[in-house]
Amino acid sequence: MSVMKRLSMIFKSKANKALDRMEDPRETLDYSYQRQLELLQKVRRGVADVATSRKRVELQINGLKQKADKLEEQGRKALGVGREDLAREALTRRSAIQSQMAELQVQHDNLQAEEEKLTLASQRLQAKVDSFRTKKETIKATYTAAEAQTRINEAFSGISEEMGDVGLAIQRAEDKTAQMQARAGAIDELLASGALDDFSGSRGDDIQAELDRLGGGRDVELELERMKAELGQGPARREAIEAGQPGQTGQPSQAAQTGQAPPPQAPPTQQYRQPGEGL
Amino acid sequence: MIVRIMGEGQVEIAPDDIDVLNALDSELEAAIDSGDEAVFRAKLHALLDKVRHVGKALPADSLEPSELILPPADASMDEVRDMLGDSGLIPG
Repeated sequence: MSVMKRLSMIFKSKANKALDRMEDPRETLDYSYQRQLELLQKVRRGVADVATSRKRVELQINGLKQKADKLEEQGRKALGVGREDLAREALTRRSAIQSQMAELQVQHDNLQAEEEKLTLASQRLQAKVDSFRTKKETIKATYTAAEAQTRINEAFSGISEEMGDVGLAIQRAEDKTAQMQARAGAIDELLASGALDDFSGSRGDDIQAELDRLGGGRDVELELERMKAELGQGPARREAIEAGQPGQTGQPSQAAQTGQAPPPQAPPTQQYRQPGEGL
Repeated sequence: MIVRIMGEGQVEIAPDDIDVLNALDSELEAAIDSGDEAVFRAKLHALLDKVRHVGKALPADSLEPSELILPPADASMDEVRDMLGDSGLIPG
């Protein structure tokens, strides 16, 4: 039999079973109305739950983005001091974080779609519940139990179908969010434990440590040279110091080629990408 | 004729459009029997698109039951099988 027809019959038989359970058909109206109000509460809670999950994923995406930005900055600094190996490492880790962000973005979009669907479902149900309440009062005021039966059946099967639909929509949304929350929980733990830091910088934040060491080392060397010059211990050195001052144009490729060249020869201003560095 | 797309709401379909929906519905049923998820998805979406296209939305406060009911667009084939099997998937 047709899919559409079969589904419709299943809904109808559920409505009929519920109707059959009642002695006085007018009882059905009040009982059903109570259930409708409960379902409305439930669907609103569902919307709130999905929204909470969505916000959580948003926070996670932001957290990962900060880590990715930091790694990019570190990569740039590493290149600036001629450490292409460090820069490559930083960008590799950033790329892993970015693919994680892309997955979260898909989840986020799914949750947002689910949230919109449930919001609309709750609005439709609200309209039908209001309409049912009006009908229920009219039927109770106007008709005897026997007369009321047909009208009750009509109103009831319509709202019962909506309730079945909304009820299933909530179940499906709950299942989806439960799956995502399990995943989100795992990522929260990773973010909090610093394991992602390890991943984004396994061996702690070694990239930063290396950069700090290099930067600090240079300052020390420069300071030493300056002191020596002041004490007149080698005027020939003065040129080297000035060549290393910020704002001077150095020879950028030299730093990259020499790697850990003596600091005064690697101008600190040179910090952006070099041609041919494969980035 | 009133048709419900689960999760989306109800629409009114003109009698002239019923035949084409029935044809698409038969294809959907065949897809479920064959067990091919990709074909099932294509047929389900074809049917839903047609209903959305030719249907006229019922007011939200309408209490009319539907003559035909369609599964939600994102339902998997297994979910639809469960719905049709009346295994208690549909609450109520």
